Amino acid sequence: MQIKVRKPLIVAFCCNWCSYAGADLAGSNRLNYPADVKIIRVPCSCRVNPTFVLRAFQRGADGVIICGCHPGDCHYTSGNYYTRRRMTLLFSMLDYLGIERERTRVEWVSAAEGAKFAATMNEFAEQVAALGENRRLEDLRCKK
Amino acid sequence: MQRIGVFVCWCGSNIAATIDVQRVSDTLAHEPGVVFSANYQYMCSQAGQDLIKDAVRDHALTGIVICSCSPRMHEATFRKTAAAAGINSYMVEIANIREQCSWVHKDKMVGTEKAITLGRAAIAKVNLNAPLIPGETPVTKRALVIGGGIAGIQTALDIADAGFEVDIVEKKPTIGGKMAQLDKTFPTLDCAACILTPKMVDAAQNDKIRIFSYSEVTEVKGFVGNFNVKITKHARFVDETKCTGCGLCTEKCPQKGIPNEFNLNMDNRRAIYIPFAQAIPKIATIDPEHCNMLKSGKCGVCSKVCAAGAIDYTQRDEVIEESYGAIVAATGFNPISMDKFDEFAYSTSKDVVTSLEFERLMNAAGPTGGTLLRPSDGKHPHTIVFVQCVGSRCSADAEKGKEYCSKICCMYTAKHAMLTREKYPDTEVYVFYIDVRTPGKNFDEFYRRAVEEYGVHYIKGMVGKVMPQGDKLIVQASDLLDDRQLRIAADMVVLAAAMEPDKSARSLATMLTASMDTNDFFTEAHPKLRPVESPTAGIFLSGTCQGPKDIPETVAQASAAASKVIGLLCKERLVGNPCVANSNENMCTGCSLCERVCPYGAITYSDKEFKMPDRSLRIRRVASVNEAVCQGCGACTVACPSGAMDLKGFSVQQIMAEVDAICK
Amino acid sequence: MQKVTRDILIDRAAELLASGMVNRVLGWRSGEFFYDVVPAVFRSEADMRDGFVFDDFCGCNFSKYLVKESARSDGRILVFLKPCDTYSYNQLLTEHRFDAEKTYVIGVPCDGMLDIGRIKERVGEGVIGIEAEGDELIVKTLYDGDKRMKREDALPDRCRHCKGKKHVAFDELIGEECEENDENASGRFEGVAELEAMTSEQRYFFWQNELSRCIRCNACRDVCPACTCEKCVFDNPKSGVENKAASDSFEEKLFHIIRAFHVAGRCTDCGECSRVCPQHIPLHLLNRKFISDINGLYGEYQAGETVGSRSPMVDYSRADLDPSEAIGKREE
Repeated sequence: MQIKVRKPLIVAFCCNWCSYAGADLAGSNRLNYPADVKIIRVPCSCRVNPTFVLRAFQRGADGVIICGCHPGDCHYTSGNYYTRRRMTLLFSMLDYLGIERERTRVEWVSAAEGAKFAATMNEFAEQVAALGENRRLEDLRCKK
Repeated sequence: MQRIGVFVCWCGSNIAATIDVQRVSDTLAHEPGVVFSANYQYMCSQAGQDLIKDAVRDHALTGIVICSCSPRMHEATFRKTAAAAGINSYMVEIANIREQCSWVHKDKMVGTEKAITLGRAAIAKVNLNAPLIPGETPVTKRALVIGGGIAGIQTALDIADAGFEVDIVEKKPTIGGKMAQLDKTFPTLDCAACILTPKMVDAAQNDKIRIFSYSEVTEVKGFVGNFNVKITKHARFVDETKCTGCGLCTEKCPQKGIPNEFNLNMDNRRAIYIPFAQAIPKIATIDPEHCNMLKSGKCGVCSKVCAAGAIDYTQRDEVIEESYGAIVAATGFNPISMDKFDEFAYSTSKDVVTSLEFERLMNAAGPTGGTLLRPSDGKHPHTIVFVQCVGSRCSADAEKGKEYCSKICCMYTAKHAMLTREKYPDTEVYVFYIDVRTPGKNFDEFYRRAVEEYGVHYIKGMVGKVMPQGDKLIVQASDLLDDRQLRIAADMVVLAAAMEPDKSARSLATMLTASMDTNDFFTEAHPKLRPVESPTAGIFLSGTCQGPKDIPETVAQASAAASKVIGLLCKERLVGNPCVANSNENMCTGCSLCERVCPYGAITYSDKEFKMPDRSLRIRRVASVNEAVCQGCGACTVACPSGAMDLKGFSVQQIMAEVDAICK
Repeated sequence: MQKVTRDILIDRAAELLASGMVNRVLGWRSGEFFYDVVPAVFRSEADMRDGFVFDDFCGCNFSKYLVKESARSDGRILVFLKPCDTYSYNQLLTEHRFDAEKTYVIGVPCDGMLDIGRIKERVGEGVIGIEAEGDELIVKTLYDGDKRMKREDALPDRCRHCKGKKHVAFDELIGEECEENDENASGRFEGVAELEAMTSEQRYFFWQNELSRCIRCNACRDVCPACTCEKCVFDNPKSGVENKAASDSFEEKLFHIIRAFHVAGRCTDCGECSRVCPQHIPLHLLNRKFISDINGLYGEYQAGETVGSRSPMVDYSRADLDPSEAIGKREE
């Protein structure tokens, strides 16, 4: 029997102005990070609706990371401050429901921080991989 | 259903070397909605764009997916291609398979798989795209330049020359900036004041330029083409319209012994002062911290001697509101503080000076009248040691200093060494360096002259310690080329302090919503292709606020920024970003949550009549978005619990479709 | 027992109806069983004399009904609100959900409502009547005769940890404002703290046990005074979270998280969700988690305490902690 080794799947929401540019810089500098990380471009981290995070988990993502400009540097002045509150509460709620907190993260990556982007993704991917497959959210309502 | 064309770019070998482009285009051809799929060497080339246009025509495409480099690179290019081919520009999505894939993954299998996934996500999104038409806004034909150094002056002059009004805001009482403090300039050794002051006068006399000196920008609202700015003019307690700049008050003021900032506190000024002889505007300023009249109401000498009656002790800060179409940041630099560099005895010995202080000591208008004398005892120094890279090129984990190279220190040190040797051939000059960096026109020739013609001793190695001993400074250093330790008994030590952005830049960047790097230099929109623009539309960068530069580079960048500003101000109307928020009135409950998070005040409410399912009429309060003001951040879309607020181009359904495609 | 009687309320409502100040009354009507009290609109004094009740089972919060009821006709509608209901009333005004001028609020005091579920847990089925005697209840049952139980044991969680006995909005008050009991209120977050003290795995099994009972009847949403959207995201096929066939089980699992998130910063902690849940899922523990996090991280905030207050969810401070710091902080 063949056992399929499932690699962790990570969805990264990146704001267009800082983090997406940071990811581009990681690319230009040829800084490796796992291919399991897939980026979705959003105008600002504050565009990320908690339902997107939940949807990603629902569809099989093992980790979700949201990257935005550093606090104070938001292209739209205040977007990432809202992100910070919303995601703090959402992640805290997921933790409260018994979903491993290591599966979620918010990280501030500027357009100049290609190295930080790559390092963050490497570290996060490793952390998520260590947790294994994301079963808990999937099974939250189903007693097995 | 869309008819989507997929175009996979090889980017030469940039993509094709690590991604099987044929497999990507073959696989994506089977995705829902895809009717055409191809790959090509350079999609952004004319031939590549023609391929897209032909496919649009031949296959009646309604949507385009390009698998290529970052959308930050060529999204605009392909949007134009789509428009030229006759479909809406916003029916284009880009899968970033270069920066996010071929350049970061080495394994071809892995890279190809990921490229396919990214392509799928883009296809899923395009399937839900709708044509978008951008709105237009008028442009205020006036520019604001923040900072009145050589960068700001040059930018303002160029903008004014093109016929547009421009305001300079300078926080000091005079424009001129750091260049006004310099003695000579490399590599030509012409006098800084001689080339700067005529430009200052030009700026002052240009009827298109207004100079707000002793003023600061305190609030910036609005967006490209339509910024509303508040400028606080600090009270100088002198009526600008009456003061003739005769300077009598600055001689009669009894408050002496106040450190003179212009000469880096190496001599003194009065409580009422004009920073230097060629100051623009040449208007006296009262320093409220030291003026007796302002502090205790006892004195009034300046008022008595002023024939013009310009002194006004009741003056208050004044706030000016003005609209601008473009803003240029030209906030400049400062040498870093030497507080943490105690090994060089800067705080303990007056004869250890920074290069900028040395510049004043050499200057005819400086504290010593241009004769090089030791600050401690006024004696002529016979041995001078220059230390390069003080606080520059430090390792990332060092607790002090900057990682970057300050770029100008090698050249100005060569200049200082050469000038010293020329004026005082009896003085021995040592320069300790890590590397000597002299790229630039006539720069290396200049440095070699210092060594070869002027006999300056260049020693590769760092100074470990400077110890004051009697009236000497014992410099302990290593000579790396000869591999030996040196002890030099010097009379003066000059530290080439690193340059850092002015402290005001950080708060300004927040007001402008312009991004900064970790060193607080402003970030450019693209490091190579858009070096004088901030990523924030309508904000431009001039001079050292963007990174270390010498004068010719600063002036070049200042003019480049000006030309970008002129390009913007020439336009009658700006085409906006159509990816804006949009409220579905049938779903809106009028709860005001979206309004609370909107940073632009783009959301307003009105009562509207709705027909209910039972045919009765109901009046409801609903939100609407001003598309010219909305910048499309999307904060409102998440604040809205009902989902009535959505963002065009990044709708809930589009992002969910991307998530689904990625997680498949 | 409630200190104010049904007749006092009817008398006052009759006066207001007669004077033309109001043209209808939103109140409680007795249901099939004496403990099954339902909300109803009364149009005359006679109608009220016939079916209006006010007793220990009048837990229903009328605030939400005002959104639709106040829009139905031009006149003012009289509404009876208990202290905790007035927070919802204010919150809805903050969100411009109805016009205060079209309502007339009579604040009624409340000594805590009874939870028939808890009573039945003690005495079994067949409850036909309840009498109060000091701190005790005498429950009359069809099968086992009279049974005694402590009144405290029959209170739902929201009344045991009553967040406030004072009305924050009213046009007039009937009866006297009750004494505040800080000790009670301080226990509001005990349930949340207990869960937080558990291991991640224990929490997971706790919630799996609770949420697996959910039958998605939507009662919690339908009763919630914060859920007054014109179209709920769970009914909207374009929201991506709609309640449809089993091919997409997304919302099945995450309904409660999304619902709690949507009302975060707006939930007044009225406890109606837990009251109406036919499966007795402690849904208030989700809402209270958000309230406790908001209070701890962004400063004490009580939704609906004042009209026009800014929810912490649409506000920020530059000094806010990052999620990684904030979630860690709680445990220290």
